[in-house]
Amino acid sequence: MQQSTDSGHQSGDEPVDEPVDEYVSDFEVGQDNVQPFGLDFHQPVFAISAIAVIVFVAFTLAFPQLAANWFGDLRPWLTTKFDFFFMAAGNIFVLFCIALIVLPVGKVRIGGPDAEPMYSYASWVSMLFAAGIGIGIMFYAVLEPMNHLLTPPLGMENLSEEAQRELAMAATVFHWAIHPWAIYGIVGLALAFFAYNKGLPLIVRSAMYPIFGERVWGWPGHVIDVLAVFATLFGLATSLGYGAEQSAGGLSYLFGISEGHMVKLTIIVVITIMALISVLRGLDGGIKILSESNMIMAAVLGLFVLLVGPTLTTLGAIFDNTVAYFRYLPALSNWVGREDMYFMHDWTTFYWSWWIAFSPFVGMFIARISTGRTVREFLLVSILAPSFIFIVWMTIFGTGAMDQYFLRGYEGVVDTVRNFQPELSLFMFLAEYPLATLTSGIGILLVLIFFVTSMDSGALVVDTMTAGGKIDAPIAQRVFWCVFLGLIGIALMEGGGLSSLQALALATGFPFGIVILLMSVSLYKGLAAELQLLEAQAEAEAEAEQAEGERA
Amino acid sequence: MTDKLYRHIGVPVDMAHREKLGKALTTAMELARCYDARVTLVAVTSPAPGEAAHNPKEFRAKLAAFAAELAEDAGVPVDAQTEVIGDPAADLDKALDRQFHELGVDLVVMASHVPGFREYIFHSNAGFLASHTDLSVFVVRG
Repeated sequence: MQQSTDSGHQSGDEPVDEPVDEYVSDFEVGQDNVQPFGLDFHQPVFAISAIAVIVFVAFTLAFPQLAANWFGDLRPWLTTKFDFFFMAAGNIFVLFCIALIVLPVGKVRIGGPDAEPMYSYASWVSMLFAAGIGIGIMFYAVLEPMNHLLTPPLGMENLSEEAQRELAMAATVFHWAIHPWAIYGIVGLALAFFAYNKGLPLIVRSAMYPIFGERVWGWPGHVIDVLAVFATLFGLATSLGYGAEQSAGGLSYLFGISEGHMVKLTIIVVITIMALISVLRGLDGGIKILSESNMIMAAVLGLFVLLVGPTLTTLGAIFDNTVAYFRYLPALSNWVGREDMYFMHDWTTFYWSWWIAFSPFVGMFIARISTGRTVREFLLVSILAPSFIFIVWMTIFGTGAMDQYFLRGYEGVVDTVRNFQPELSLFMFLAEYPLATLTSGIGILLVLIFFVTSMDSGALVVDTMTAGGKIDAPIAQRVFWCVFLGLIGIALMEGGGLSSLQALALATGFPFGIVILLMSVSLYKGLAAELQLLEAQAEAEAEAEQAEGERA
Repeated sequence: MTDKLYRHIGVPVDMAHREKLGKALTTAMELARCYDARVTLVAVTSPAPGEAAHNPKEFRAKLAAFAAELAEDAGVPVDAQTEVIGDPAADLDKALDRQFHELGVDLVVMASHVPGFREYIFHSNAGFLASHTDLSVFVVRG
């Protein structure tokens, strides 16, 4: 039907030995969409996702106890049965990224050889952060190092204070540096490459084109996209759950409001309304302004803690922790013969599945802002820059908290770890420093705004996924997803709280992990073919020039 | 020459739904001929592959071809202007308004559909532009 010259890929009067671009499709963005009531979405991806989400929310709200039991059993089952899968997949993703960086395919440029970068490195990296991981750094920065200090991983008891500190920080950094960014990097790169170089719609299924061929526009593709939608929704809902827990904890700590059920629900409702306003204001008027202001506020908080805390120790520890991270990396990423099941199952396996569940969301975001970079540049920056910032951030908060514990004998933070009140760790930590009320207030505000940007960008991404890759579908659809993200958060808080949220992130992370493994194969095939194509084109051009020269 | 009522007519174009533009385009061309004015088609796209084109370059080329076609049919000078923005769903109206001001357009002729259910909650593009811009706007229905 469609003229191939329309799609920007030449055909017709080419010489016979011209290289053939085998990963080009006649599929047009939005061709399987339906437009009821002036809306515009993909059939059947939208219907399946929307109905499943509505049924899920209704079931969990109707039978919270039953849901809590189910989800409560799901998490330990997944982490014990499939720990090897998550651990191995995480390592494969890192190794694959290193391979892409060093192999010749690393020089392929996203958006074609002439594409120019749309964003500076600075705004690129800050958008990576604000997209979704923000709440995590507020929740875990103090909690995680202190937890690993009290319960050291790898069964390494009886260490010296120095070694204990290093191990705790190395274990924390292990979860937040390199591995998560390698996962996001692969998904982001695959989405960007197949959209901007191959002209396929910006949806997850496009990244599978070399494997499934034209069948990717049928059921195999529907399944992949629905999985991506679920992973995004539940990965995000987990993040939102942390946000609600922590801001409720903070508010009760600061103002003495009871940290009850109703407070958390009210927070989710209020945040959903704020996110709706941000959705209606669009990308530039909403998310961009909020994430930029939040990055500045987070930087101020980090700098303040660095200055009032043990400044010199912290600065030295940034280097030491980086070294310690690489020293412990082989032991921490190995899953064979491990005995520290608490660390490996409750922390590493959970994180890996959470990062995987988050990857379609963060990947879509990275893809949209990374045209004009080469594969090598893209991976190096999107893995190393956030990893470095995380090492600095975690070191500032972790070193401060450890100094409070070892040097001042302060038990405030440690008590929150022992008593399972993780939402209070940050506030007990800040309480030991000057201006505690102000900094705690900033902390709560940061969590709330990260919460709003996550919901807004989540609604945006899920809308694109269910609109067949259209990014200009009516705003009403984003409103729908934004409201349902809030409802999933509420439903899961009712049906078992944080552990249910985590269970669902794990459950969606598992199948999507398989998708990313396939995607890696597919991406490599696509990049290798692209490189061949570019080289053949360059050769043909050189020959043509030579022929021209000879004629002259 | 100085008393020409309109010199430069701007027409927003939705490249994915060109078939719905017929009446508005005819109106714009008639007016342009009447007042000896020129026409500029303005379209907004995003860097991602969309319904109308696989990339902004292709989009630009398609819009330019469309403008050339119209110019030949109507015998009126028709230019094309493409703006690439990050979030067309939310920022379309603002981007159009900005483009029309930058181009120095003195009349906007745009197609609109009959307001329906959705317009009670979310404004239509023509409705937004007509009530928020200081330019003259001619909304063509049907």
